[in-house]
Amino acid sequence: MAAAEYIEPVASPPRENYLNVKYGVKSWLLTRDHKRIALLYLASITFFFFLGGLFALLIRLELLTPAGDLVQAETYNKLFTMHGLVMIFFFLIPSIPAVLGNFLIPMMIGAKDLAFPRLNLLSWYIYVVGALFTLWAVVHGGVDTGWTFYTPYSTASSNGHVIATAVGVFITGFSSILTGLNFIVTIHTMRAPGLTWFRLPLFVWSHYATSLIMVLGTPVLAVTIFMVAVERIFRLGIFDPALGGDPILFQHLFWFYSHPAVYIMILPAMGVISEIVSTFSRKSIFGYKFVAFASVAIAVLGFLVWGHHMFVSGQSVYAGLIFSVLSFFVAIPSAVKVFNWTATMYRGSISWRTPMLYAFGFIGLFTIGGLTGLFLATLGVDVHVHDTYFIIAHFHYIMVGGAIMGYLGGMHYWWPKISGKLYPEGLAKFAALVIFVGFNLTFFPQFILGYMGMPRRYHAYPPEFQVLNVMSTAGASILGIGYILPMAYFIWSMRYGRNAPANPWGATGLEWQTPSPPPTENFIVPPVVDRDPYIYSPEVETIG
Amino acid sequence: MADARGAGVVHAADGPRELQHHFDSMAQQKDASSLGMWLFLVTEILFFGGLFTAYTIYRWMYSAGFADASRHMDVRLGTINTAVLICSSLTMAMAVHSAARGRRRPLMGFLAATMVLGAAFLGIKAREYAEHIENHLFPGAGFHYAGPHGRPAELFFSLYFAMTGLHALHMIVGFGLLTVLLVQARKGRYGTGWSTPVEMTGLYWHFVDIVWIFLFPLLYLIGRHAH
Amino acid sequence: MHTELPLFPTQASAMSTQVDALYFYLVAVSAFFSLLIAVLVIVFAIRYRRRSHDEVPESIHGSLTLELLWTIIPFLITLTFFAWGARIYFRMNRPPNDAMQIYVVGKQWMWKIQHLDGVREINELHVPVGQSVRLTMTSEDVIHSFFIPAFRMKRDVVPGRYSTAWFRATKPGDFHIFCSQYCGTKHSGMIGTVHVMEPPAFEAWLSGGSGSESLASSGAKLFVQHACNTCHRSDSLARGPNLEGLFGKPVRLQNGQTVVADEQYIRESILMPQAKLVEGFQPIMPTFQGLISEEGLLELVAYIKSLSPPPGAAPASAPNTIGPAVKTSSPEREAPK
Repeated sequence: MAAAEYIEPVASPPRENYLNVKYGVKSWLLTRDHKRIALLYLASITFFFFLGGLFALLIRLELLTPAGDLVQAETYNKLFTMHGLVMIFFFLIPSIPAVLGNFLIPMMIGAKDLAFPRLNLLSWYIYVVGALFTLWAVVHGGVDTGWTFYTPYSTASSNGHVIATAVGVFITGFSSILTGLNFIVTIHTMRAPGLTWFRLPLFVWSHYATSLIMVLGTPVLAVTIFMVAVERIFRLGIFDPALGGDPILFQHLFWFYSHPAVYIMILPAMGVISEIVSTFSRKSIFGYKFVAFASVAIAVLGFLVWGHHMFVSGQSVYAGLIFSVLSFFVAIPSAVKVFNWTATMYRGSISWRTPMLYAFGFIGLFTIGGLTGLFLATLGVDVHVHDTYFIIAHFHYIMVGGAIMGYLGGMHYWWPKISGKLYPEGLAKFAALVIFVGFNLTFFPQFILGYMGMPRRYHAYPPEFQVLNVMSTAGASILGIGYILPMAYFIWSMRYGRNAPANPWGATGLEWQTPSPPPTENFIVPPVVDRDPYIYSPEVETIG
Repeated sequence: MADARGAGVVHAADGPRELQHHFDSMAQQKDASSLGMWLFLVTEILFFGGLFTAYTIYRWMYSAGFADASRHMDVRLGTINTAVLICSSLTMAMAVHSAARGRRRPLMGFLAATMVLGAAFLGIKAREYAEHIENHLFPGAGFHYAGPHGRPAELFFSLYFAMTGLHALHMIVGFGLLTVLLVQARKGRYGTGWSTPVEMTGLYWHFVDIVWIFLFPLLYLIGRHAH
Repeated sequence: MHTELPLFPTQASAMSTQVDALYFYLVAVSAFFSLLIAVLVIVFAIRYRRRSHDEVPESIHGSLTLELLWTIIPFLITLTFFAWGARIYFRMNRPPNDAMQIYVVGKQWMWKIQHLDGVREINELHVPVGQSVRLTMTSEDVIHSFFIPAFRMKRDVVPGRYSTAWFRATKPGDFHIFCSQYCGTKHSGMIGTVHVMEPPAFEAWLSGGSGSESLASSGAKLFVQHACNTCHRSDSLARGPNLEGLFGKPVRLQNGQTVVADEQYIRESILMPQAKLVEGFQPIMPTFQGLISEEGLLELVAYIKSLSPPPGAAPASAPNTIGPAVKTSSPEREAPK
């Protein structure tokens, strides 16, 4: 409870903020400030994003030609495995929650920090330890099970570093559990006076729903991965039919977490989009309560649909029917959100700044991703497209077109708050356009490839699939350039960017009512809330 | 809990020394701690839940084999251990009670008693493990099981070691927490105004006990009812 | 570089047209809603573009009518997807009774195919056009998945159990077989070709198969070889259940349950005899796990099936003597049905 170092009054020198309050490596690595921890996460996930991207680039290069000529089959299998593992567990799952959520939730609810600051720092260290195990596995030859670890391949057949990777994923899972726990407790107990549940920004609602999934789903993944590792170490037969076990049980347990995990990745992005669409339309979100409850509905229903990953695995026809109809249920709240965002723009005052461009992209791409998800919930069609490039295209529309667009939109939107600097608007718009074009060129052809029947995880493929694969690879290189640009100009702006005012966009959230960058304790005067969210007043945008 | 901050906003520097800087009041801090602990226990239930699911499915698939394997359990030791754990829950509850009343010596006594009972449990468990290993019941290469139910028995013992092993790990963590509490209690850190750590550890300890209450019949007693 | 750009898979089975019809319906609905959203976003973005820095549009909080509309309409549309998809799925899971039986064993990284009359193929599957074909599949190692895009047919092939799938080819030609469940290093090499032939050509191909004996007779040999016949017999010396006429019939177990003696049950009873013990018998049968290959198990299954002639059909199957059939030393080769 030695909190003395934090109690220094922060108001006296006006320019003091969370970034310059202290310097030195130790002041970062031992910080308990949620904003600094968010930046620690930002650095780590950016590293993993580009590592995962490098794997993706090599995959796309291999698929330029039908023959398996660039890398060996074994290497290729490791590449797509590591791409999936790194992107899902070390980038997408922590991305928006651990960076933007960590930074913003306390500020949005008018608190000084998360409920458990030390636990928050511990979460980051756990993430790093898990990441180191996984990196160790990468450096020492990788792992080739696919990110899904399907048994009995992973336990009895694969000769990669399954155990090190499993330990890495297992450990990182606890980072996610603790982050979710911290968010739930914070949102319940630390809201500013007057900040009732229906005055919360939708970003907070979506993070609340995300945290529920993290807390309820991740332990099941952890114990499943634990069983895989134990089975491999001791040669047990929990999932190995040769020893009496049931490999399908693994799939049930795995997807019980991993399907909701998809919503861990997309719900926070939906929260970001709600904020952006409202701010840049200068209008209150159409159907606030419906959007808020849609997040919770997605979190709850998300736990009931895992069996749609197993329509061809041999589960009973009736189980298939139930999982199919439940999967359609979970599509409805997502549709409700899309309609409400669109309706929010109606008769708005719409600004075309970069974050809003990402929101436009998100709405379009998420719609396509969501609708193609219906193909997979439809029993008769899923049998054909299951495990083909159709799935790859579908979830990249959700994860890249949805989650990453949301993440980048959010990074641009809150960058002035985080760094106290403005990013270069023209260049940022150009980058958003490049990313949008590159993304569609990469992934749209994969829908066609999938329906044609090209299976996923293929190192070599029949020649008639080549033209579409070449398009996809070309798109991927454009996309790669698109992703390097924001990193470059964000870093550039930290030194050369114009100083940001407290509220550059004329937005309404509490986070905009404190200087940019904020002081360590977030607010100079603890805020009191007396009105609903998203009520815009005729203040001008403070940047021209 | 909606407005835990309430009207009386106190600056952290003026509050009691246990009040962390980012909370406004002790009540808010305590709300946060208990909600956090309960959530943590929910994650624990789901964590064990995966193993219980696996157990249920295999017990259903191989009911005869599981019943047969379960006869290799020492019910006497299992029963003693169950009793030991229930007693430890009682002493833990008494410790929480003493802490809340600010009674330092009884608190230390009950904490120590809980630790002794916890250690006794672990000791008995270790003896059981040793016996199983001696009888080649540890799954893997050295596993040997007479009779027609070899494979289901190996599955049973895989799950047995996984579940009781994880449970024992939780006991060890609990033992560590109790040690910290005992040291702090000796320094007189807990009193009427501040006993949250004792309460939270108590919740955790009861949870670990309850897990055992489920494990005991599932692992030790299933082979009994048939005969 | 290959420059041809096919955009749609061949329709070569009865199922493919049904799946495609539903697919086109889904594409149409998706295109409609994607365009609707895209057009609205673009129109709003242009029409309501911010014109001055201090404009504050009138606030609209929502509309219950609209919320209900865009909850209920999509929901009803998805129910049509569900019902139509479920209908097709049922058909996919119900092989017709007159289907020709073929066995498939997957292993890293090849498909081993056995026809009933004993012809074996690797990574190739010859079938007659217009005839329903039922595949009974299992794996020797990890999970594979048997996928023929032109037939819109896919089924996971799981070790330790039998899975079934069926198709009726409608178009002669050669089509891809893919393994679609990742199975290790040469996953992408686990591909093959299905040759759909006119029935006469198929018969010719089949009879050209090099004098192999039928699956059922190979199974009969294994039955003797593993001394199964010492216990499983029809006379008073039997210590195990008589297997004649067993296949497809309900069996009463010791624990009071009843199971149907299907392929899966026979396989399990060979490998884990104690798992589902038949009422009135002692648990004396040893396990044959590790002693009989997956292909051998399929032969035994085919043999036991042959002891139960399909109702109405002449009792023509496998060893000609009914009874302790195992004495038959050289079963005759039979014609495929």
